Amino acid sequence: MENRMELRFDALPQNEAFARVVIAAFAVQLCPTLPEMADIKTAVSEAVTNAIIHGYRGEGGTVTMTADFGERKMLTISIHDDGCGIRDVEAAMQPFYSTGDGAERSGMGFCVMQTFMDAVEVDSVPGEGTTVTLRKYILGEAGLHRERMLDEIG
Amino acid sequence: MTVWPYQEAVTVVIGGELDHCSAPQVRQQLDDLLLDESIVHVVLDLENLTFMDSSGIGVLLGRLRKLAARGGSLSVKGMQPSVEKLFRLSGLDRVIGIADGRKGGRA
Ligand SMILES: Nc1ncnc2c1ncn2[C@@H]1O[C@H](COP(=O)(O)OP(=O)(O)OP(=O)(O)O)[C@@H](O)[C@H]1O
Ligand SMILES: [Mg+2]
Repeated sequence: MENRMELRFDALPQNEAFARVVIAAFAVQLCPTLPEMADIKTAVSEAVTNAIIHGYRGEGGTVTMTADFGERKMLTISIHDDGCGIRDVEAAMQPFYSTGDGAERSGMGFCVMQTFMDAVEVDSVPGEGTTVTLRKYILGEAGLHRERMLDEIG
Repeated sequence: MTVWPYQEAVTVVIGGELDHCSAPQVRQQLDDLLLDESIVHVVLDLENLTFMDSSGIGVLLGRLRKLAARGGSLSVKGMQPSVEKLFRLSGLDRVIGIADGRKGGRA
């Protein structure tokens, strides 16, 4: 089975939870485990929040989230904003790097995305916008068996 | 949010989802509580917290800073596995105690 979705929404904080609910409802078709689902929701929340607070600097705009998967249960999610863009992507992805000084930002967003997903790509053009692409191979119950086995081996 | 004193530590229950959208309200409620200078040790009961992202890390670290400045401490208890994963990934477990003396999340 293959499937694709696209969602466009205003860059408002209340849409962070909305985007999480939508991606969960889409991803459930791949039968992820609860931990896998939590990982996906958290990574999406990071990217959407970044689009709203950094990309659009809290001044609003439109965020686009697309997602698709194919036979191989590889979930691909893209979060796009037409905001300010990132001048130095490599620096921005370093743990603890944050331009949100004063707003109690920890600079952990990209680090969370990288840990919770299998791959994170950032395409950004200063002054034009940013697209963050998140990929995760959904193992489902098989992943739980694998983890249990690895635990037993030690 | 429910607040009640437990010995000299104050326990605060935070439920629901802690993200960039809900952070200002949670931050404000905790800071209102911390206006009382006699409160130095705070335990956050996160049993009903179903979601947290990096915005929550910022809220926790900000409150820890305030409490540490008055010689106090911040700890958490009852974390769900997904919240605990983020908590450990971001290294919060090195500065914020886990008050339920439990290693690893509940199933
Ligand atoms: N969509 C975006 N548009 C413009 N800049 C961005 C975008 N996403 C991230 N950035 C930049 O990358 C930096 C790092 O992002 P990251 O999510 O890792 O940390 P943060 O958002 O600053 O803090 P945290 O996520 O821990 O609250 C941001 O501070 C910002 O400068
Ligand atoms: Mg962020």
